[in-house]
Parts: sequence; C-alpha cells; structure tokens
Amino acid sequence: MDEIVLETRGLTKRYGDLVAVDHLDLTVRRGEVFGLLGPNGAGKTTTILMLLGLTEPTEGTVRVLGLDPVRQPLSVKARVGYLPEQLGFYENLTARENLIYTAKLNGLRREEAYRRIDEALEKIGLVEAADKPVSTFSRGMRQRLGLADVLIKKPEIIIMDEPTQGLDPGVALEFLEIIRDLKAQEITILLSSHLLHQVQAVCDRVGLFHRGRMVLEGTVEELAQQVLGGAYRIHIEVEKPHHVLEEALRRLDGVVRVEREDTRAYLVEARRDMRAEVARAVHEAGGALLSLDMELPSLDEVYARYFEQQEVNDGSAE
Amino acid sequence: MAARSEEMARVSAREGSPWTGMWAVVWKEMADNLTSVRMSILETLTVLTAIGTVYSAAQNLRSSGRDPFLFLRLFTTGREPLPAFVGFLGFLVPLIAIALAFDAINGEFNRRTISRLLSQPIYRDALLLGKFLAGLFTLALVLSTIWLIIVGLGIVTLGVPPSGEEVARLLWFLLVVIFYGGIWLSVATLFSILFRQPATAALASIAVWLFFAIFWGMIADLLTQVLAPVRVGYLEEIVRQVRLNLALSRISPNTLYVDAVLALLNPNIRSLGLVLPVQLEGAILGTPLPLDQSVLLIWPHITGLIAATILIFALGYVLFQRREIRA
Repeated sequence: MDEIVLETRGLTKRYGDLVAVDHLDLTVRRGEVFGLLGPNGAGKTTTILMLLGLTEPTEGTVRVLGLDPVRQPLSVKARVGYLPEQLGFYENLTARENLIYTAKLNGLRREEAYRRIDEALEKIGLVEAADKPVSTFSRGMRQRLGLADVLIKKPEIIIMDEPTQGLDPGVALEFLEIIRDLKAQEITILLSSHLLHQVQAVCDRVGLFHRGRMVLEGTVEELAQQVLGGAYRIHIEVEKPHHVLEEALRRLDGVVRVEREDTRAYLVEARRDMRAEVARAVHEAGGALLSLDMELPSLDEVYARYFEQQEVNDGSAE
Repeated sequence: MAARSEEMARVSAREGSPWTGMWAVVWKEMADNLTSVRMSILETLTVLTAIGTVYSAAQNLRSSGRDPFLFLRLFTTGREPLPAFVGFLGFLVPLIAIALAFDAINGEFNRRTISRLLSQPIYRDALLLGKFLAGLFTLALVLSTIWLIIVGLGIVTLGVPPSGEEVARLLWFLLVVIFYGGIWLSVATLFSILFRQPATAALASIAVWLFFAIFWGMIADLLTQVLAPVRVGYLEEIVRQVRLNLALSRISPNTLYVDAVLALLNPNIRSLGLVLPVQLEGAILGTPLPLDQSVLLIWPHITGLIAATILIFALGYVLFQRREIRA
C-alpha cells in the first residue's frame, strides 16, 4: 500500500533561459490521487511529459514504477495511461476504431483487445455511441473516450492533464465519479487542474506549483493550515451580538481570528474543529446562538491567498 | 564530454525494438490512405490518364507494323497533343506521393492526436517509418493496379500478349516509378515535420518538385556555361561541358526518372551519356540491348533515387526525434 510509484528528485527542465520545472521533488504512493495545481505556465504539463518520457529532463531523476522513463520508455508507457489536455482523435474513425488502434499499438491480441474495449466502453458509458464517428461527439463524450483509451491498457497509473476543463458541470461531476471508481481499484492517479473545488473533491494530496517549483504540498487541510492560518471556519449567528461575546470567542484557545460578517453573524477561524467550544462560549457570554455551521477549508481560498501573498512579497522585493 | 558520453550511453541503452508497433501504424495509415477522398481523386485521374494515353498509343501502334517491343511502346508513345503515359507519370507520381505525405506529421499535431499516440508504448521511429512505409505501399498498390490495367488494355487493343522480356522490363519500370515516388514521399514527409501547416508543407513540396521539373534544366545549362565554358572549341572542352551538364542535370530526380525509364522501355538506347565515335567501334547499331545490360545502364540512377530517398528521410527522422511534443 505504501509502495512509491512516482518519484522525482531534483527534476529540472530548461528551455533555453526559461526554467519550466525547477528542482522538483515529488513522491506519489500507490493508490493515491495526487493533484498538481497552479496557474498556466507553472510547469505542470512539462512535469507530466517528463514523467512519461515524452520530453527529456535537463537535470534530476525520475522513477515511475521503479523505471526510468528515458531509458525504459516502452515499459513505462505500457503501464502508465496518459489523458492529455489537448485530446484529439481520428475524426473519420468511430470510437471503437480509435480504441482498436490504441490496442494494436499496445501490442494486444485481437480477442483480448476487443474484450478490453467492450469493458472500457461499458465502464465509461459510451456503448451506444461506440460505432459512431468521433466527429459527431461532444466535448464530454470525447473526454470519456479519452479515458476509455487509457483504460484499455489496464494502467497502474493514470496521468490526467486538466481532465475536467471545458466540461459541463454535470459531466465534470460524472467524470470525478469515474475517478473515484478508479481510485477504488487501487489505480494511482496524478491529475493537474486549476479547477480547484473539483480537485479538492477527489484528491488525497495536492501540490501547488508556482514558476516551476512545488511551493506547497500536502492534504487540503494542511495547505489551508499553512496558508490561511485557520483551516476551520465556523460561522455563527447570534441574537444580540455584543463586544463581550466577541472577546470571549477571541480568548478561546485555538481561535485564530474572529470577524463580524453581518449584523448578527460572526466568522470564527480556528485551527481545529471547535464547534462545541464556540457554542459553549456564546452561551457563557450570555448570548443566544441561532445557528452554527462549519465550512471545510476551500482550496480556492488557499490558492487565492497564496498568490496574493506572493504578489505582495514580489511587490516589496522590487 | 562526460555528459555527452552519458547521453550516448543513454541512447544506445534504449530498451526494446524501435519498430515496436510499426505495423499497427502501417495498417492504420494504409487504410486511411486508401479510403481518403484525395486518393480517390488522384486514382481516378491516373486511371483516366492511363486509359486515354494507352488508347491513343494503341491507335498509333496499329499502323506501325512489326516491332519486337510493341508492348513497351504502349507506355512511351504519345499522340499530339498528349504526351506518352510515362510523361504523365512523371508528374502524377510526385503529385500522388506529395498528397500521401504532406500532412503525415503536422496532421497528427493539428488533430492533437500526437501526444496520445506517443504516450502508447512505441518509439517515434515506428510512427515515422510506419507512415512512410504506408505511403510507399499505397503508392506501390496504386501503381501496380494501373500497371495491370494498362497491360490488360494492351492485350485487348493490340491483340498480342507481351513477351517475357517485355514483362521483365515493365516490372523494372514499375520498380523505378515506385522509387521515384519514394523521393517525393520523403520530401513531403520532411516538410510535414518542418511546417506546422499542412498547406504550407504541400506548397513547399510542390515548389521543390516544380523547381526540379522545370527550372533545374535551365539552371544546369546556365551553370555549365559559367563553370565549363567552351573558349576555343577543343574537343576536350566540349566533352567537359557536356559531361558537367549531364552531371548537373542528374541532380534532379526527374532527370533520373526519365533516363531510367527511357533506357528500360527503349532497349535501343545504348548509353545515357556522351558517346564518342571511338566507343562505338565494333558496336552493331540498331540492335537492342539485353535486359541485364539496360539495367546495368540505369543502376546508378536507381541507387541514386534510393539514396536520395534515404537521405531526405534521415533528415526528417532527426528533426522529428528532436521535436518537442507540446505545441
């Protein structure tokens, strides 16, 4: 379970003067869903291409399933599926014909190929459209076909570059559901995205990329803790807000910030789940609690706050 | 230096065969080629040309009486204003070859299939060579079909079957035509790697072909005048000039094709170069050369065509290996 399937040490890629990836250390274990986050041009796609041996690293080492993608690209690519951001198919061929081509390139025998293709089409729900030309497919269908294309090689690792970009919210949710299914089958998934709430919904761990470096890494809670300070945000509504109440909340051990949101609402940021303490404090201060609910830390906020801080730092440095 | 040798070791230590998956590429591309609209158009055009020229050649030949190589004349006889079938092939073959390959690689980039394709367990070698071979096989298939049609038409219109030697000569001719197509196939493949837009690649290929088909002859003449002028009029001077002109004109694949085809289909041609009276001593003029002598005559042409194909393909190969996948 704890086997390391993806590992990079000091991985660097330079295009002339431009450093696309800068000394990246990344470790992903079997069965994990790892999210690469970051703005465009942060080095996510370059990292992915190096993991697959599609571009050579300038420096550093990569190990994928214990193999070096530069020296043993065939073994790596036979066991790792890649769903590129720019996903294209042969438009004049049907979905099934496109998959047959992939199966042949993987050296699958005919019966085995046909069996796996049927399975994959079944799994991603494209059975009815299987014999229609891809030119008639919608964006969502193409994305699902791309996943079927990856599944027929029965990969141990699937790497997805911006898998939900440009999809309808409904289709995107279905797609995330499929990712959860894959995770349940012990398939390791590395996905890059800038659609944060979706990443948050499926990823075990995330890494935040900024200018070729992975600046933050960990679970969403850990990241929130680091960047936002308080990772738990408790919203309360009281009947008569007053100063004493606010002070009482602030004095609680573990509370980072108390902010008045509305005439009757407060936001309490805390380092741990303090719903019970907050409720007691309100009661003890003589207030009447009308509602209390806790919001899980959101990656969007982590992301926004991180880059805000970054800009402030950059500004002061200049 | 150390980094370099490490790099070399890395390349040589590449696992598995570079041709893994190549046949999958070949079959897929051939199926695409043979079902594409552009191929149907060109095939129709070629078949119509074949029927038209062979028909008019047969009309001419009927009145020409006995000729031991009547069948070969089917390919080389034209009737004004139409050129002979081999003349038509001289520009139809490059056209077909260019049409087959001008979007070989940039098409994959534009369809965005390249990264999906290369993330399969194959090397780039397999993709490039697979595409080239598919083009060559398609060309061979189309040309062989037309070849058979013409031979069939010939039997019907002339009323005589071809002799064994004629068939052998025609088979060699077919081979030369396919190799001639191979050059243009590799030129178009090279441009499909070089240029992102298929239209640019197609135009560049056609430009190169036009350059050699039309302008190279003039340029060769001009260069000859400059490099080997005849000042006094000695025999050596004249011989030197003619030799240089021949050598220059043979840089063009079109010249190689025309020379080779003429020597094969016209057994009376004894030399493709300059013949001095001394060399003719003892020769019986007007007798045809045996096949092996004709083949010997054009052997440099055939090897030249193949060498040029390999050279251009190799250049494309190097460029493609270095190409970054992300657009």
